[in-house]
Amino acid sequence: MTEEKTRSYLEDKARQLRQNVVEMIGVGKAGHLGGSCSMADVVAALYFHVMHHDPRQPKMPDRDRFLLSKGHAALIQYAALAECGYFDREWFGTLKKLGSRLQGHPDMRKTPGIEANTGSLGQGVSLAAGLAAGLRLDHKKARVYVIVGDGELAEGQIWEAFMAAVNYGLDNLCIIIDKNGLQATGRTADRFCTEPLKEKLMAFGLEQIEIDGHDMAQILEAFEIAEKTKGRPTVILANTVKGKGVSFAENVTGFHNGTMTKEQYDCAMAELEKAGGMA
Amino acid sequence: MSKQNQREEYGKALVALGKENPDIVVLEADLGNSTRSILFQNAFPDRFFEMGIAEQNMTSFAGGLALAGKIPFTNTFAVFAAGRPYDQIRQSIATAKLNVKIVGSSAGFSDFGDGATHQAIDDMAIMSAIPNMTVLAPCDGREAVLAVREAVSIDGPVYIRLCRNDLEDIFPQDIPYRADMPVVLREGTDLAVFTTGIMAHKALEAARILEQENISVQVIHLPGIKPVNEEAILALAKGKRGVLTCEEHSIRGGLSMLITYLLRNEDIPVECAAVMDVFGQSGSSQEELLAFYGLDAKALCVRARGLMNR
Repeated sequence: MTEEKTRSYLEDKARQLRQNVVEMIGVGKAGHLGGSCSMADVVAALYFHVMHHDPRQPKMPDRDRFLLSKGHAALIQYAALAECGYFDREWFGTLKKLGSRLQGHPDMRKTPGIEANTGSLGQGVSLAAGLAAGLRLDHKKARVYVIVGDGELAEGQIWEAFMAAVNYGLDNLCIIIDKNGLQATGRTADRFCTEPLKEKLMAFGLEQIEIDGHDMAQILEAFEIAEKTKGRPTVILANTVKGKGVSFAENVTGFHNGTMTKEQYDCAMAELEKAGGMA
Repeated sequence: MSKQNQREEYGKALVALGKENPDIVVLEADLGNSTRSILFQNAFPDRFFEMGIAEQNMTSFAGGLALAGKIPFTNTFAVFAAGRPYDQIRQSIATAKLNVKIVGSSAGFSDFGDGATHQAIDDMAIMSAIPNMTVLAPCDGREAVLAVREAVSIDGPVYIRLCRNDLEDIFPQDIPYRADMPVVLREGTDLAVFTTGIMAHKALEAARILEQENISVQVIHLPGIKPVNEEAILALAKGKRGVLTCEEHSIRGGLSMLITYLLRNEDIPVECAAVMDVFGQSGSSQEELLAFYGLDAKALCVRARGLMNR
């Protein structure tokens, strides 16, 4: 595929993932729409282009790993896993129901393709760093990708993990910060400011790349740089819009874990169809 | 009887297991000299991770190593091993049943000088409340080695509580080690005394004193408080005039409540020697603190006589 075609293919995948998220949440039920949609482009790039993985062999030893430290955005990972064929999209209807294999937060013992149990915020980077260190001990080429939220950066353990990852020179680790600027109760800048992020990340010794997290060309370039970086982990500071792709949810705090009416659901689905048509 | 240091035996066991199994890795939070993880560091520097004074990250990082197929052992004092990273253990390790071994060193009052902040009297309660967790408390150096070996053979999280000080060898050499199986250290017919961790030593001492008073005491050590073989415990208690539980741990959530619960349908009086819902404090020795909190042989004898007079 040419670069142009790859980008267009991945943009379409991102649209499909957003549709899957909307479908999973459905009407009248709460779901983490905002923080799932903000990561749709990055997740599409990872699962459909960047990562080495095989849905037919979910435990393949050399696979690249994807962890969602901001585990409440599980829907975007479920969307990608189903789209890849890790499980049937029929499962979407069981989301968060008793006995479901799709839990409210990622559960590696229940869902094929999930690599770790996350959801208690602040722990994913440490898990990812330990995993990266373990893979390196076995001389595996596999890489580890982990997404954290910007609100989540208030958790001190993340900064402990950054220090450890730098201390151990884990260049097979790539951290993506979903900088969508909103957290559960308002704007991150107002609720608990974690800025200046760029300066902090550089001071901690990470390779740092700032991108527009909805620009597929920038996303792919950032992952290429991360893969080439030696001797230290890379952090991609992805500037995103919470709820991206669903107009009424974009930049709306209420859709952190919001509920859609029938009209909103139909509107979201139509918008995501339209976006696909335009691409 | 010979004495050994439980920490030292633990450190040596890690090295021995490290030779057998290349997947064993060790993490430390800057207490390696004390926890004796330094022995593993010296033997296998590439499989040793100094994580700095950051127990929460160490614990989750260990979870990550387990995700990569390793068998990580985290090391720090018991009070920091079970308390500070409780959430990390519960959320990302135990819910996923990750193969992480958490070793709590200098447990109970064994770090006598450092006071309440360093004396774990709640670690077993915290750890045993977590589903999927195994909780072990060996009574001497020899058993510490067996517990570490057992931990490696268990596919899932294990918490091991260790004492800082030298302990006489009392764990029998002629029986197979089973984490859930009570071990009779001394036969007796009047009272059954259930212990875990170092309290077996105090119970044996008390049993020798009570023998002079014609009170026959059976001393039963539990290698840990989770899992336990309930039938075996019931069988040992039945027919006795009373049961005494002894633990260097809070009355809440440890051995005492476990045994009391198991005996809920039996008509056997139970007394509990435990830390009665208070914190520790600095003292000049572990012995002094055990006496202060009613956990020395003398105090156990008083409890035992009370049971006999019921």
